[in-house]
Amino acid sequence: MWQFNSPEIIFGEDALSRLAEKRPRCPVLITDVTMVELGYSQMIIDHLGSDIQPRVFAEVDPEPSIQTTERACEFMNEATPDTIIALGGGSVLDVAKVAWFLYEHPSVKLDEISIFDTYSPPKSQLIAVPTTSGSGAEVTVGAVLTDRNSRRKVTVYAYELQATMVIVDPSLTGEMPRQLIADTGVDVISHAIESYTGAWHNDFSDGLSVQALRLALRFLTRSWADENDQGAREHMHNAATIAGLAITNSSIALGHALAHSLGAILSIPHGRAIGIMLPYSMTYTVNGGGTRYAELARQLGHSAGSEAEGLAELLNVLQTLFNTISQPSTIRELGVSSTEFEQALPQLVAGAAEDHQLLTTVRVPNEDELGRLYRCAYDGLEVDF
Amino acid sequence: MALNFPSDAWVKAAMEQVNGSPEYAQAAANWEGDIAFIVTAVPGERKEAVLYMDLWHGTCRDAYEVNDLSAQKSEFTITAPLPVWRKVLEGKLDPIRGLVSRQLKLKGNMMKIMKAPKAAVELVNSCQKVDTAWPE
Repeated sequence: MWQFNSPEIIFGEDALSRLAEKRPRCPVLITDVTMVELGYSQMIIDHLGSDIQPRVFAEVDPEPSIQTTERACEFMNEATPDTIIALGGGSVLDVAKVAWFLYEHPSVKLDEISIFDTYSPPKSQLIAVPTTSGSGAEVTVGAVLTDRNSRRKVTVYAYELQATMVIVDPSLTGEMPRQLIADTGVDVISHAIESYTGAWHNDFSDGLSVQALRLALRFLTRSWADENDQGAREHMHNAATIAGLAITNSSIALGHALAHSLGAILSIPHGRAIGIMLPYSMTYTVNGGGTRYAELARQLGHSAGSEAEGLAELLNVLQTLFNTISQPSTIRELGVSSTEFEQALPQLVAGAAEDHQLLTTVRVPNEDELGRLYRCAYDGLEVDF
Repeated sequence: MALNFPSDAWVKAAMEQVNGSPEYAQAAANWEGDIAFIVTAVPGERKEAVLYMDLWHGTCRDAYEVNDLSAQKSEFTITAPLPVWRKVLEGKLDPIRGLVSRQLKLKGNMMKIMKAPKAAVELVNSCQKVDTAWPE
């Protein structure tokens, strides 16, 4: 027995116009300074209607913190909204999701939120409007926050974190700089691959995984190369949400466990971290018998009679694409010195060993193997264990 | 010889498997926390059984069937009907997926379990090695 969860998703040109139908009584807009400066928050306000003025919380930080989330919740408690609109990238969306949950369930503390528990239905609605293509946070049931005091990353999961409605409007992606397109696009690819080959894949998520991967492989390079290629931008924006749905209803896996620790300890943007670790994690998995890489390669039109052949096809595709968009293939290429790496290695291993994505990983490395995987990723060595 | 599940003999055999697993010892080297596994829908008169494991720094210090749960405190309890436990022990149901889909119910700090993924995996692997006889 499993389940499939999705918000209502409005997508395509003019998707934002759906906001006008909502007629919220008392809306709150959660966003960040960049969205205000780009004029996107004003677009949201304009679409709501001239007689509706949301209260705006534009304080979300790039590394979203528990402290900001608590302030956003306090903001909601004062405003008592019936509708919360979250406009921005993954950071904004994660803050809004958790703040909304705490607003709806004031007796639950943040560190008590659990996907193993059920909570009462919300009185208000959360509308997520992503502006990157993307983490998929607009549809996922998890959020990653940082405790500024301890510098710890905290991940919370609950089905009740999922937004009520998502608006995937391509007009909001035009200002994405190239590096952000590359980083977020690589994340989409990793979501698609890991949701298909991870331990929790299922019939419902498989189609989403494959379609997200097909879209990303076809349109990421175009989106990255030409800021005027609106079609490519739209397809990537859709791919991000589709991949987000895939991981929500399947899982991510070892690549993300390694990337989370790498990003947290060495302050590497997530897209670059997962882009580096994904190929090594895939090879490690195949060395232990593999999972569904051959099947995935065939879904993409490649011939693959074995897991090794499937892996080779997929790695070839990834390498070609990553080279085009200047995605680094080793930790060393990011400018991390060998001294810095060796000093960080015990923490990298400890962080990955604690990452719950190991629970949905087909082949789970021990701590020695985690260390060896990081060393391979540092120097670009073959994973032969 | 297959051991009846759930029973004191079974959980003691599970303890032997856990303590004989170098993979568990390494993965759970920092784990501190005892678990009561509550088995409901047990055929016959008793209806419910509780198996207890005291897990501490890579070993199982003690394991037994509990006769009075009210007298037994544990940091975690995991409750499920017997058919669900059977699926877990036969490798047909990932226990974490079972918890997420609420086929198994957890009391205790979810974050603590989620931060020890390899330990959880190896604990289950060890218990799956017990030769188990299931009630009809």
